[in-house]
This record gives sequence, structure tokens and C-alpha cells, in this order.
Amino acid sequence: MRQLFKFHGGVHPPTHKAESTRTPIAQAKMPSRLVIPLHQHVGNRAVPVVQVGERVLKGQIIGRPDGRLSSAVHASTSGTVSAIDMQLVAHFSGLPDLCITLIPDGRDEWIEHSGVDYKQTPHTELRHLLREAGVVGLGGAVFPSDLKSYSNKHKIKTLVLNGAECEPYITCDDLLMRERAGDTLRGAEVLRELLYAEEVLIGIEDNKPEAIAAMKKAVEQDGHQHMEVIAVPTLYPGGGAKQLIRVLTGIEVAAGVRSTEKGVQCFNVATAWSTWRAIAHGEPLLSRIVTVTGNVEHAQNFEVLLGTPVEELVAQAGSRPDTNRHIMGGPMMGVDLPSGQVGVTKATNCIIEGSDKLFPPPAPALPCIRCTRCADVCPADLQPQDLYWFAKSNNFGKTQEFHLFDCIECGACAYVCPSHIPLVQYYRYAKSEIWQREREAQSAEVARERHEYRQFRIEREKQEKAERLAQKEKAALAAKPAVPAPLPVAAAPNADPDDTLQMRVDADVAKANLQLRIDAAVARAKEQAATAKPRNTDALTPAQQAEIAEIEARRAKLREMASGAGADDEPPKHN
Amino acid sequence: MISALLVMIGISLLLGAVLGYSAIRFKVEGNPLVEKIDAVLPQTQCGQCGYPGCKPYAEAIAKGEADINKCPPGGEEGIHKLADLLGVEYKPFGEGAAPKAKAVAFIDEQTCIGCTLCLQACPVDAIVGAAKQMHTIIVSECTGCELCVAPCPVDCISMQPLGEDIGNWKWRYPTISIVPVAAR
Amino acid sequence: MWSSPFITLPSSVSQIMLRVLIALIPGIAAYVWYFGPAILVSIALASVTALATEAVMLKLRNRPLKPFLSDNSALITAWLLALSIPPLAPWWLVVVGTVFGIAVAKHLYGGLGNNIFNPAMVGYAVLIISFPGHMTHWLTPHAIGMLELPFSDQLGYIFGGILPAGLTLDAVTTATPLDTLKTQLHLGLSVNEIREMPIYGYLSGKGSEIVALGFAIGGLYMLATRIITWYLPLIYLAALFSIAGFFHLYDPAHYASPLFHWFSGAAMLGAFFIFTDPIGSPTTRKGKIIYAVGAALLTWLIRTFGGFPDGVAFAALLMNICVPLIDAYSQPRVFGKKGDGK
Repeated sequence: MRQLFKFHGGVHPPTHKAESTRTPIAQAKMPSRLVIPLHQHVGNRAVPVVQVGERVLKGQIIGRPDGRLSSAVHASTSGTVSAIDMQLVAHFSGLPDLCITLIPDGRDEWIEHSGVDYKQTPHTELRHLLREAGVVGLGGAVFPSDLKSYSNKHKIKTLVLNGAECEPYITCDDLLMRERAGDTLRGAEVLRELLYAEEVLIGIEDNKPEAIAAMKKAVEQDGHQHMEVIAVPTLYPGGGAKQLIRVLTGIEVAAGVRSTEKGVQCFNVATAWSTWRAIAHGEPLLSRIVTVTGNVEHAQNFEVLLGTPVEELVAQAGSRPDTNRHIMGGPMMGVDLPSGQVGVTKATNCIIEGSDKLFPPPAPALPCIRCTRCADVCPADLQPQDLYWFAKSNNFGKTQEFHLFDCIECGACAYVCPSHIPLVQYYRYAKSEIWQREREAQSAEVARERHEYRQFRIEREKQEKAERLAQKEKAALAAKPAVPAPLPVAAAPNADPDDTLQMRVDADVAKANLQLRIDAAVARAKEQAATAKPRNTDALTPAQQAEIAEIEARRAKLREMASGAGADDEPPKHN
Repeated sequence: MISALLVMIGISLLLGAVLGYSAIRFKVEGNPLVEKIDAVLPQTQCGQCGYPGCKPYAEAIAKGEADINKCPPGGEEGIHKLADLLGVEYKPFGEGAAPKAKAVAFIDEQTCIGCTLCLQACPVDAIVGAAKQMHTIIVSECTGCELCVAPCPVDCISMQPLGEDIGNWKWRYPTISIVPVAAR
Repeated sequence: MWSSPFITLPSSVSQIMLRVLIALIPGIAAYVWYFGPAILVSIALASVTALATEAVMLKLRNRPLKPFLSDNSALITAWLLALSIPPLAPWWLVVVGTVFGIAVAKHLYGGLGNNIFNPAMVGYAVLIISFPGHMTHWLTPHAIGMLELPFSDQLGYIFGGILPAGLTLDAVTTATPLDTLKTQLHLGLSVNEIREMPIYGYLSGKGSEIVALGFAIGGLYMLATRIITWYLPLIYLAALFSIAGFFHLYDPAHYASPLFHWFSGAAMLGAFFIFTDPIGSPTTRKGKIIYAVGAALLTWLIRTFGGFPDGVAFAALLMNICVPLIDAYSQPRVFGKKGDGK
């Protein structure tokens, strides 16, 4: 018997898992349209590579990964792209994001695909296949699996396969392990190979005896070495990666630390299954198992094409008329969907139909009485009452001192709070405010740098211009030795600009030089005027000469008139 | 009596000399307070404070020449931070100096004549273009200072408020508490 | 619309407070059995005053009445205060203490959850400092067979300040066992000689030791229903036992036994109902231990060397002051972090 470890706190909410485990996984009906978000994973949004009106095949990439931390998005079935636009998505904000809408043609025609033998394929190639297949963590974190299946110089001893599924209502992993244990373990074997891990520990909460039995049987039948199925105590949030790693290995992975640094990596069982489909069959991630439960006639697990609108899915389970919300995920950490039109994504493990009866609105919040029930159940051993206090008063520095970012938002604190304070919401608020401030600080830093560079640039340009002028002048002076030599310039060009006296002296010298140059120019002009005859008076026709004479006569006459009328005898100056 | 006086004078001279020496010897280059104030300012370089940029405003505050409530882009929070940093009372924004929603400049490319006047006005070089070439704003670098709006001879620059999207969306302050929240 | 979690435990502040009130009942029952029903009058008086004061303060502070009046916290303050002062006291004594506790110690600090000091103990401290004379006349237990005032005459004294002709207050009341012990020790008697006096029973005062036992039973009920955690009460009692035991072994003639300390005065009430008040006690596990040990030490010191008959109330108030400091220096190690979590 393996020694198991404990994590602090935890709660025992009613599990409500029996409702949806009575029947096997059913294939969901082909929906009338698929709304496929391009951002279904952690990292950069995929870039659409299809056009509106284009016909796509099942499994065809319609969004290519953008950058290293990204993943591919595929057409879940064959059909026509009808729109690439902003649609509501499953996000806490209830804001739209870029989605590709696909109208299925009903033929479900596959793109050409084939698997590889993972033992004969280089690891980089396998990781590339995972990336191209859009495999991401299906436990809810949706982190690209190709990046996680890389040990990055750290020696990985243990691969933890997460089948704990601690959140109430959700049973998709339970059913997957019951029905598809073989391929799940084969996928885990591929991941183990990629990580060079010594052992695979499969943690399943002990409220799923059927799944434990099925997995144990599959381990034995397929003769998997280094694999062990371990029943862990049912305790929320024991299915959190950090908590499960702690329970199985005793290793604590702090916030902001990669578990690989501690020699552990953790994958969800569904991710392992998808890995096997992607590697051995060349099938990208096009569908997933979704538990449809809550306020429905017959709760059940469905194999659902990604992008299936939630409304069309829940109708198949018989959503009751008093349903007033769709919750994606569990009741502890789930997202309240902004609309029934939202498409199922890779993160959608469960849709709970909610009603006021099932999830009554929370009682009005009372002040915190510091009873520390929240601290008693916090799996990160934080002081939720203090975090709440600081978040409420917008004292974000203090929240960070009290380790706000170690909070995994599991909701255990808010679950037990007798004052019904929406604690998690306060933490999320504080976190997003802190992120916002960090973004602002970063952009301010960028702006400061750009501004300083600009000023430097302007200064430099000024200087360069001055130098250029000086150089030109020098060249000009060198070409005209007849001009009297300018007074020596007292200061070097890079003289201290603060020295105003020096500057004034320089200015005087410069003025004197200028005067000299002007005088020289005037003298030159006079000289020219005296020596050179106007060229346009040569070779004139007699008619022109007559004309000139006439004009000269008129001018003379005018001069006479003017001198007669004027006080002085001088001719008018117009040179 | 005399000796006591002499001793006192001696001590004061000595201490004065030490102080004078250390003032020269340990002189702090630059003003660290200016840096600290500058770090709080939002670096929009918009000049709404009446100074040509954030650094000059910071210098003015450090010298005690400027009030701390002259920076609308910094918001109320900026004033609070400055008040904390300088140990002075918080001061609300004056009339008409309230902060606006964050916006970025937008050039109507049909109207732009490529005069480069906005390029010269932009304090962070966030406008790309050349003479007789159409100009455009680098949105990610624009601080929303509005300094480019006035110089444009054909009025083709407008400020477009930055909308909320999934990337910059923030959780709201929880409001379902029935007890009036005193701490805001 | 609200965000996850969508489910909560069906618990509430008022329910927790109600359990605390229920846990007080065994002790109160023993009180009535041994000392007569006068205590019920004080409790009723304090309860009415507390609710009225609470309502007025909420109104003045512009807060909704219903959620706060029904949270039962004012009743706990009222009951604890009533249990801390002699039942045979003028009615205004209870009223003054309760009003001060609720209005000043609770609402002027921001109401439920924001008070630094335990309101009941503040009320008690005000009374014992301002009206020490009224605070020493305790009822004698039935078991001694001394002269007792009939209930009707008790009511007459409480509300009218009149005693039957020919009787003085001193004739029908007595000092507490702790007070008597202190006085007699000063007069040169040894602990054993003092314990021979008729007001003492097996462990401590006759009757009062059973009342203390009643509070302990109520406390165990709260532990069982997880209203309170074990750290504070059990460590407080253990620390009090150790300190008293150490000195008792050192000099049994001058220092009372640890069991005497446990079952005298407000030690049991304090251990389970006063120090465990979540609002004024530390939130961390380590902090609760420090708080409990400090409170035990102060209780014993004040009882043994101080000028007041009991030390629980002042121990609670003094430890209340230290709570922010204790909390700041007793932060637990955060998951995955080293040492103090920094």
C-alpha cells in the first residue's frame, strides 16, 4: 500500500455524480451549426486560415497556432465556413471572441489522416503532432500538451495521471476511465515516453470504484510496467493538479513554480486519451466527453463535437423549462455561460443546467466575523479572511504580501463562509486589478523609454545638422581663399553648452565672421557689376536697339521729372 | 565663562565644517525623489499638467512648484500614490481636469495629406509615416496624449476609446453585499 | 448574477451564534438550580437592552436592521455580560454595562466583525471599575443554608433598590470563592484553611463549580458541532492548569490548586465562550495557541497578584489588543512555500 499524503483543508460538498453515471457515454447529435472559438487554449489565439464560404473537411486545421504558446483549432466535421466573427464564448467576462462558424454538411467527411508508431518516431516529431492535433489539457486548464510533455532539462520521475475529478456533478473522466481505459493508458505511456518518467501514478478519488477497477484491469491486461492506479480520498479540491501531486507524491508545487522543476508532471486522463488518438490514429482533438447534468430529465455524458452550441446539447438531455442558467464546469469553479449559443470548447467538461431551486441565489453577505472556517478549508493554507479584508479595501500590495497569487480559486472558502461573502470574487477582482496595474506599469515603462529615445534622437539630429552645416561651411571657406580669414573660433564644437559666457563669446565671433563674409560678398558683387557687361546686350537687332534707346530715353525723362518734383537731386534708389 | 564660550564656538565651527564637508563630499547626484515621482506618473507625456512631459512635471513636483493633482491620465489613484510618496494630503482633481477613459489616436487615412506635423508632435514616436505618405498610429505604443490631434491641418486625427475585450477585461468589485461598503 | 462557487454550506452567522446560546444553557440551568432564578432576570434585562441598543445604533449608522438584529450576536454579548455580574444588582447596572458594550465597544468600532474588544468584557470592565461596590455582592448558593432573600424581595431590590426591613445586603450575599480566597490569604490563612469555609465545595465554590461544569459541557457541545476549534479552549485550560499546578506544587499553602482555578470564577466560561469569540481572537493556528497561553498566564497573574477578584475579563481585553500583532507574526506556511511562507 502506497503512502498517501494530505493537503491542508478541503471540503466535502454533495457530489451529485450518480445522476450522470447511470448510462454509458452517448454520441451527441450532429448540431445545426458549430461555433468554434479560436482561443480554446492557454496562450495566443489561433489564426484563422480559412475563408468564409470555404468547404472544410473533418479534422482540417482552420486556425493555426500563433507563436510557441498556442495550439491548433480544427473543423470538427466537414461543412462550410459561414462566418469568422466575434461571438459570445465561455468566459467569465461574457464578452465575445473570434470564432469560426461552420455549417455541417452531414457527410462527416474526414481529411486524410494516419497515425504513427510512437516508438519509431522522434520526440520532437511527436510533440509537433500533438501541437498540430490541438491537444491541450482537458481537465480545464487547456494548457498545450506539447509544451507540457517536454521535461526541459529537469529530470521527471513521476507522471501523475489525474482522474480524481473532485468537483461535484462532473463525471466525464469517470466514464472515460470506465469505457476507454485501454487507450487512456496507452496515451499515458506515450506521455511517459516523452517525459522519460520512471513511473505513472494514476490518482482516482475513491468515490469512483468502477473507474478504479477498469483502470486497474487495463493496467494488468495490457501489461503496463511502471503504472499504478491509486485510490485517493474524496476531498474537494483533491483533483487540482497541485493537490493531487501532493497527495500522491508528497511534493508541494508552489504557485509560479513548474511541477517539472520538482520532478513531477501531471496530465488529465482525457488528455492522455486524446494524445493516443492523435499519435496512433492521427485524429486531432475534435470532440470531447461532456457531462450534461443538473436541472435535466436524464443526466448523461455525451461525446460532443467542439463548437456544438450548448443549447443544442442540453436539449438532448431534456433540459427542464425552469432552467435559468448554463454553468460550464462544476458548481465550485464553473463559468456562468452568457448565452446558450456558446459553443462547447476543449475546456468544457460539464454543462450544469441551473435553476433557482438547484442553485438558490446567495443570501445577503454579512460582515466577516473572522471565524476562520475559510482558513480551515483553504488547500493552499492561506488566510482568506485577511485576503478578503485587503481586497475589499483595494489594498492590493497587502493582498500580494498575503500570497493572493497562491490562491487557486477553488471556492472552498466561499463554500463554507457563514457570512456568505463572495470571497473568490474578491480575490479574482484583486488579481485582475493587479494584472491591470502591471500592464499599465509596463506600458508606462515602454512610453518612458520611447519618449527618452525620441528626445535623444531629436538632440542627435540637431547636432548632426549643425555638424553638417559646419562642414559645408568649412568646405566653402576652403574654396574661397580670397576672403579675409575669419576670426578663429574660440570654442571646440563640443564645448560645454552650459557655459553661457563662452557661448556669448562664440556668438560674437560668429557674428563678426558673418559680417566679414557679407562684406566680402558685397565687394564681390560690385566688382562683378563693374567688370562684366550685361550679356543680353550683345548682338541685338536694329529694331531691338531702337527699342532700348526709346526706353532709355523714357527713363531719363522720368528721372528728370522726379528730380524736379523731389526735394533732393539724387536719383531714386532702386538697385 | 570665556572658556565656555570659546569651547561652544569651537564645537560649532568644527561641526559646521564637518557638515559643510559632508555636504560636498557626499553630494547626491541627481534627485532621487524626481525618479520616484516619475515612476508614479503614467508616462503619457501628454503635457496636460502644463509641463512638457512627465519628467519635467516630476521635477516641478519635487521642487514644490506643482500640485499633485495635475495629471488626469494618472487618475485618482495616481494622486493617492503621489500623496503617499510625498506625505501630503490627497487633493482632488480641479474643475474640468477629470480623467477620461483611455483612448488611442486614430488617423483617418482617406483624409491624411502626409504633412508629418503629427509625427513631430508625438512624444513617443508612435506614428509611422513620411512626407506625402499616409500616416498611421502604432496602437500598442500610443499613450493617448492627444498631442497629435491639434497640429493636424486637415483634422483627420480622432481619439478612439479603447473598448473592453477578453484580454483586458477585469473582474468587477463584488457588489452583492447588502451592507454599504465603507472602504471604497 | 453571481459567479462560482454556486453552492454553499447551509450555515449562517445567526445559526452559529444560536448554537453558542444553546451551549450556554447547561451552565445557566445549573446557575438557576443553585442560586435561584434571579439570573434569568438579569439575562432577560440584558437581552432586551442589547437588542434595543443594537437597533438604535444600526439606525444611527444607517445599516439595515433585520440581518443584524437576527444574527444573535447581541444576545451573546448580553448573556455573557449578565453571567459575569452579580444577579442581585440594581437593574441599571446591567443596562449600563450592556449599552456600553454594544454601543461603544461594538458599534463605534464598526459593528459586527469589526470590534477589537469583546463587547461583553468591555461592559464588565466598565462596571467593575465604575461600580466596584455593586459588583461584589453575589448570591449565596442554596447548599450552604445561609439566610436567603426570597425571589420577590430580590426583584424588589433589583428594580426598586429596597431590601426588607432589618436586612443589609451583606447579610444576604457573599463574596465569590476567588475573592474570599484572596482576602483570606491576605489575612494570613493558608489555602487549606480557607477551603474549609462553608462556601467551598469539592473543587471550588459550592454551586459555582457545578455552574462551571455546565459551561464546560456546553463548550464540549460546541467542540463537537465544530462551532469552535479545540486549539483555544483546550490550550487555555491546559496552560492555566500547568501554571497553577506549578505554583501549587511549589507552595500549596499560598497557591490554589489547578482544579480550583479551572472551576472558579469565569475560567470555564472564558475558555469556551469568551476567548473563543472569533472576532477578537487570532485567526492563525499558531496565533490561537499563543493567545490561549497568554490569556491563561494573565488570568492566573491577575487572580493571584492583581487587585480584581477574577482575571478572565482583563486577560481577554489585554489579549484582544495583541491580536493584530500575534496574527502578523504567526502566518502559516503557504502551500509549496518554505518556512514562514515568505
